Amino acid sequence: MPYSSQSIAKLYFIAAIGLFVGQILFGLIMGLQYVIGDFMFPAIPFNVARMVHTNLLIVWLLFGFMGASYYLVPEEAEREIYSPLLAKVLFWVFLVAGALTIVGYLLVPYAGLAQMTGNSILPTMGREFLEQPLVTKIGIVIVALGFLFNIGMTVLKGRKTVVTMVLLTGLTGLAVMFLFSFYNPENLVLDKYFWWWVVHLWVEGVWELILGAILAFVLIKVTGVDREIIEKWLYIIIAMTLITGILGTGHHYYWIGTPTYWQWLGSIFSALEPIPFFMMTLFAFNMVNRRRREHPNKVATLWALGTAVMAFLGAGVWGFMHTLAPVNYYTHGTQLTAAHGHMAFYGAYVMIVLTIISYSMPMMRGRVANSNKAQVVEMWSFWLMTVSMTFITLFLTAAGILQTYMQRMADVPQSFMVVQDKIAIFYWMREVAGLVFLIGLIVYLVSFFVDKDGDAVAEPSA
Amino acid sequence: MQKKHLSGDLAIWFFIYAELVVFGIFFLSYAISRRFNLDLFTSSQAALDPSFGAFNTVLLITGSYFVVQAVQSIAKNQRQKTSFFLLATLAMGMGFVVVKSIEFWGKYQEGFRLSSNTFFMFYWSMTFFHYMHVLLGMVIIVAIWLKNRRGGYSADNYTGIETGAAYWHMVDLVWVILFPLLYVL
Repeated sequence: MPYSSQSIAKLYFIAAIGLFVGQILFGLIMGLQYVIGDFMFPAIPFNVARMVHTNLLIVWLLFGFMGASYYLVPEEAEREIYSPLLAKVLFWVFLVAGALTIVGYLLVPYAGLAQMTGNSILPTMGREFLEQPLVTKIGIVIVALGFLFNIGMTVLKGRKTVVTMVLLTGLTGLAVMFLFSFYNPENLVLDKYFWWWVVHLWVEGVWELILGAILAFVLIKVTGVDREIIEKWLYIIIAMTLITGILGTGHHYYWIGTPTYWQWLGSIFSALEPIPFFMMTLFAFNMVNRRRREHPNKVATLWALGTAVMAFLGAGVWGFMHTLAPVNYYTHGTQLTAAHGHMAFYGAYVMIVLTIISYSMPMMRGRVANSNKAQVVEMWSFWLMTVSMTFITLFLTAAGILQTYMQRMADVPQSFMVVQDKIAIFYWMREVAGLVFLIGLIVYLVSFFVDKDGDAVAEPSA
Repeated sequence: MQKKHLSGDLAIWFFIYAELVVFGIFFLSYAISRRFNLDLFTSSQAALDPSFGAFNTVLLITGSYFVVQAVQSIAKNQRQKTSFFLLATLAMGMGFVVVKSIEFWGKYQEGFRLSSNTFFMFYWSMTFFHYMHVLLGMVIIVAIWLKNRRGGYSADNYTGIETGAAYWHMVDLVWVILFPLLYVL
């Protein structure tokens, strides 16, 4: 690790992993509530569990992105972080604000929380994924601005590379698009319309730039392939991401009261959204095959390849499955969406954060790679989590197909709750797969403490 | 035997194929939609003036001729001539943009919108998407022209110019299909 300020990333990564554990626990609670409706009621109602599950995901991924930036930007820019102090202060601000918000969700009824936190001044709460109280949203903006300033100054004062430029564009986009969470028009159509500017343009737009930049950085490091080649791929991938992803927003505008041309535009552009993900898969495997060095950190390479494959399957294939308007007419808002959401978030964003953690954590702990034994344990966690997530996705897909058929296509359509009872078996299987995922996560945590002083590959002295 | 040589960078070819897929899906959707709404498409098409499209076709094809000349000039190390032909390509692109903008403005004035009907949905989205590609092509040509002026290319090293030319041809090729599809057939 050439720059000491890179180690700030460690704080962010530890927080990210901690919140990840919380996310999975709430996922399991909620998964059980699908079949045992009053499980843990009234302490943790379903809507609260869901809010905590999704909000924790977003927050820990943001911690992961920030950690990744603090780690890779100094190395790319060839200088220390502009202000390590600011990075540490913002870390604690974000962590405390995030923790207070989650505690608020759990301890105060949501309406009460809205009243307590001044939602009446500027109503922004009550919308899926953007449930955070106004103060938290303002806090997020302050943290994002401070973070962007810090990273931006580091980039601008140092060497500029394609990786840092793409990363900075992605991070700026992330901050800018979040501002739409403050816009909450009375008109429900407009509300939903701009809500997607945060949600869709994050995950199917600017976040993909962040993903591409982190993946490119790790591939440069572990494969030793020329930077020019990797950068060229990165350019094409982000160009295709933006060409397909921006107008692809239209696939959310089919049935919310927007003009019908969105059915065409949304279908056409979003049908092409798998292309950049497919390119990413080609890119990752190509670079690893053309590698010029055998990096001792095998498990980081495994995570990188896994990211490319699972992102393509989860975001690309599972997204395509229900993206065309005539198909979506039947499948909209069914368990197919949940199936897609799970594998896409895991494949694209969870895995990329775990990739950079896997690559950088050993460095920050004073070695190029962990001992063989620790890597094997981490590989076990990779397979346990990835395979169980695949099963979660498959079970939810089965549930979604049946739901679509029984509720919307059969000669005698049945009501929502009746159908939910009939597909309960898949929810049970999903819960079991979820438990395996938790085991995988525990194995992952264990991998940090296994064989700490074993045959770790020491950092070469400078 | 002469070694096979790929014109331009491999990466641009991936991009070109991806772009062609995007347009290809548009064309396919248009064709299918037209089949089901033949009357609507024919009557809406009558509102378009094919002379605008025809003139633009000439401009783009001439632009493609100039960009080929630019590649051939640099292969002979004639840097000034290359610059001239790149500027000529750019002028053709600019001409296209001006003519297209006039046409867009006219159609807008006549009250045709994206939401007017399915034909105009295709008209606006396909031609505007292509229009953006012409602009991108022009940006690429400008970048190449600037680099050439700085002496960045020579007979031994002109992959960059070929890369830009390949992209320009793609923009041209798409128009050659788009024009008859929307204005003529």
